[in-house]
Amino acid sequence: MDKFETITGIAAPMPLVNIDTDMIIPKVFLKTIKRSGLGVNLFDEMRYDREGNEIEDFVLNQPQYRETEILVAGDNFGCGSSREHAPWAIKDFGIRCVIAPSFADIFFNNCFKNGILPIPLPQEQVDILMKDAEKGANARMTVDLEKQEITTSDGEVFPFEVDPFRKHCLLEGLDDIGLTMEKSDAIASFETKAAQARPWV
Amino acid sequence: MSPKTLYDKIWDAHVAHEADDGTCLLYVDRHLVHEVTSPQAFEGLRMAGRPVHAPDKTIAVPDHNVPTTPGREDPANMTEDSAIQVAALDKNAKDFGIHYYPVSDIRQGIVHIVGPEQGWTLPGMTVVCGDSHTATHGAFGALAHGIGTSEVEHVLATQTLIQKKSKNMKVEITGKLRPGVTAKDITLSVIGKTGTAGGTGFVIEYCGEAIRDLSMEGRMTVCNMAIEGGARAGLIAPDETTYEYVKGRPHAPKGAQWEAALEWWKTLYSDDDAHWDEIVTIKGEDIAPVATWGTSPEDVLPITAVVPAPEDFEGGKVDAARRSLEYMGLTPGQKLTDIEIDTVFIGSCTNGRIEDLRAAADIVRGKKIKDGMRAMVVPGSGLVRLQAEEEGLADVFKEAGFEWRLAGCSMCLAMNPDQLSEHERCAATSNRNFEGRQGYKGRTHLVSPAMAAAAAITGKLTDVRDMM
Ligand code: SF4
Repeated sequence: MDKFETITGIAAPMPLVNIDTDMIIPKVFLKTIKRSGLGVNLFDEMRYDREGNEIEDFVLNQPQYRETEILVAGDNFGCGSSREHAPWAIKDFGIRCVIAPSFADIFFNNCFKNGILPIPLPQEQVDILMKDAEKGANARMTVDLEKQEITTSDGEVFPFEVDPFRKHCLLEGLDDIGLTMEKSDAIASFETKAAQARPWV
Repeated sequence: MSPKTLYDKIWDAHVAHEADDGTCLLYVDRHLVHEVTSPQAFEGLRMAGRPVHAPDKTIAVPDHNVPTTPGREDPANMTEDSAIQVAALDKNAKDFGIHYYPVSDIRQGIVHIVGPEQGWTLPGMTVVCGDSHTATHGAFGALAHGIGTSEVEHVLATQTLIQKKSKNMKVEITGKLRPGVTAKDITLSVIGKTGTAGGTGFVIEYCGEAIRDLSMEGRMTVCNMAIEGGARAGLIAPDETTYEYVKGRPHAPKGAQWEAALEWWKTLYSDDDAHWDEIVTIKGEDIAPVATWGTSPEDVLPITAVVPAPEDFEGGKVDAARRSLEYMGLTPGQKLTDIEIDTVFIGSCTNGRIEDLRAAADIVRGKKIKDGMRAMVVPGSGLVRLQAEEEGLADVFKEAGFEWRLAGCSMCLAMNPDQLSEHERCAATSNRNFEGRQGYKGRTHLVSPAMAAAAAITGKLTDVRDMM
């Protein structure tokens, strides 16, 4: 996995609440057996009409948001299915950080596995960041994971929380499976114990 | 020993490693796999040269993207993408030596129906699957999580999941349900009360007399939608109803092992003085048959209600409601029972079990579906289908004008050709009414099987109590 470096980039506002995984990546794109190439279909049904033409109003189609790296969104972002195609599409588009009042659980997990940083912040703070994002391309937001700080284009700073283990993995670009395999002794001894306690499993 | 919830007990029995910061490796007893979220995980294993750690605990079945029409054993009768995904699963199951139910097998079906049916899902287990509705298995008192594809790969490689413990929420449904009210109405009503983010960070245990009174089928319906309430998992403590269902299933323990298992299962309940981070109580008698009006499962109301106005809500929900109403083509103040339906879909892991089909057939028997109505029943598994045929339910549906399909997810997520067309309006027994879920610009109203059957007959959303 790529290391998560500090991002200074364009943030796009998507104030809608309950943005679900079907909106992020409609199921027709789940037909792939690969992880890559989903960025063009991110938010497909909001972004394109039936003929495949871009819908002008949609935020990521506006000239100032084409290079978006940070998404500021409404409550309960990523609700719905477990499809990891959602974070794959977000990452493939070039977005590395999503800020929202809350996230759906599975989506939140999936982000970390793909080098994306989801940041939950209180609604009032998200509202301020949303305003900042609405300023468009001249307003660059900075997300510094090391320091756990978001800085708006006006220099206002918002600290955020992140699980220390996940932070470490993102910063170092570590692969979970490799890390877990280092604990294979613990897993093996658990298996021996469990086979005695619950042999029917 | 300090008092524990059911979740605490199952959790404690499965921690293989705990780091100083509380991050745990949770051991996985059953890993269910389907064709859509697994190809990239197996590809990852191959690239790293890793085997499947515990193939005997791994079960695969294609369901999400398979056709539900006859002749599907022949890939020529599948769309190209289905054929590719199914062929990939065939190959991965064979190469990695995992249990497999191919489309040609009568036991094939929706993964969350096959697991319990075959006795793979047992009380006290940890169960995961690359699908959010894994919560279904919680009905057995199993801790069941949906996971993403990276986690699928992680479980395949290590049989563990990196987890931090969730908080405990108790949802109690007291007393009895009124006639015409089903498990589906319970679970939708809970979401209506708590919202789709209400369960975020929690594992929910459903309890109370109305839950105890439910069959296993009904309990699975309730737990299935824990995820729509935002929870990591839903649980119901095992009891006689559970043991009765599990006993004798192909992969359930037998003989002395059964006795030993039973002894442990009987310890799986929340202690009286256990700590709950949140408690929600609903009176069973207050629950009505419900239907959704919007594009989020929390947009739910009793069938006797009218479509709400955006101004009835607060904050970000005002805009969301406005958008939902426009998408759904509804006007505030309109009676739910005046909403005309084009299509009825009975099936899915929420309501594709035998009891669901019986409830729907009871409404349909001897009647015809409304002229011009498209109505289909998609049994949750080949065995459900077989049983329904033996009980004569299939004939009831067919005589009324329903299509009788082969098992799969079908129009629940509409990846296969079973889709709504633009603005087509559907009463569905599935679990998601998101925009585009059942087809581009398709409109979904979530209801119980009996309510879906009633809508097929009258051509409108209907209060099933008027037809009983
Ligand atoms: S029936 Fe629907 S909800 Fe259930 S597993 Fe299939 S697609 Fe998912």
